[in-house]
Amino acid sequence: MINVVSAEKQAVLASDNKIQFGFWVYIMTDCVLFASLFASYAVLRNNTFGGPSGAELFSLPNVLTETLLLLTSSFTCGLAMLAAHHKLKRSTLMWFGLTFILGVGFLALELTEFRHLVMDGNSWRRSGFLSSFFTLVGTHGLHITAGLLWMAVLMFKVLRNGVTHNLTRKLTLLSLFWHFLDIVWIFIFTIVYLLGAA
Amino acid sequence: MLLNLIGNGKHKQANVNTYITGFILSIILTMAAFLSIEYHWLDRTSAIALIIVLALVQLVVQLLFFLHLGQEGNPRWNLMIFGFMLGIVSILVFGSLWIMHNLNYNHDHRTPDQTNSFIIKDEGIRK
Repeated sequence: MINVVSAEKQAVLASDNKIQFGFWVYIMTDCVLFASLFASYAVLRNNTFGGPSGAELFSLPNVLTETLLLLTSSFTCGLAMLAAHHKLKRSTLMWFGLTFILGVGFLALELTEFRHLVMDGNSWRRSGFLSSFFTLVGTHGLHITAGLLWMAVLMFKVLRNGVTHNLTRKLTLLSLFWHFLDIVWIFIFTIVYLLGAA
Repeated sequence: MLLNLIGNGKHKQANVNTYITGFILSIILTMAAFLSIEYHWLDRTSAIALIIVLALVQLVVQLLFFLHLGQEGNPRWNLMIFGFMLGIVSILVFGSLWIMHNLNYNHDHRTPDQTNSFIIKDEGIRK
């Protein structure tokens, strides 16, 4: 059978593959970063310095809500990518819009939780445990914030230019990033919150 | 209508069903973990083992159904570097825990003399 893909198209696809692989490598390094934060948390977990422990501070219903918001946003992100691959502008914007709203909801709950902790005097300065808690969970929250900014920018570009080839590639990278953040959250809610409350 | 919104999910590894299945499985695994802790289904040690297993299963579910890891054609570079990362992370986490455990054993709020006596007693060293 004749190869129907032109040389030019092949070059573009090869370049896309390299870019996507490069981003995947970055995600792997981000995993190492989070692993070091998890290791620090594991070491400092019980260093409460006379202050409250996780069991006393964490609200499981709140964390469950955060988890379901983020998990659903990962799902809607997947659906958004399906729409993007089919070049459906409205659906892509709608699903990414939903992903964005769910992400903001997650962040709002998390920031509220942080605010209560700090207002009660349980900031990162209170104990080693709280230092490592804020660093780990805070770093994840920063990643979410960056992801939301990135999402807003890409949605704006799709609104302006439609679902172009290049935008689809960028959206793919964003979706990789977003799924990765949900995966890190699985370990945060398990190791920090559930293990803390057990 | 869902299909109209996102296009017909035909063959390809990534289709509607992949995401729906992954989503439902993740919800089940998440709820199981939360409920088991909230309602104290098990004793502490078993509960911890359960939630860790549930987390690892959900990791695999999300890697397969959301990230489609391992479903690329050969050479499977993504999978390989993922494996490499797991190796590095294992060394990092296990190594940190091992070192800190040793430090705790060797120090733990004791003076050097107290540490000396403690180790002698703990390890059964006799002159």
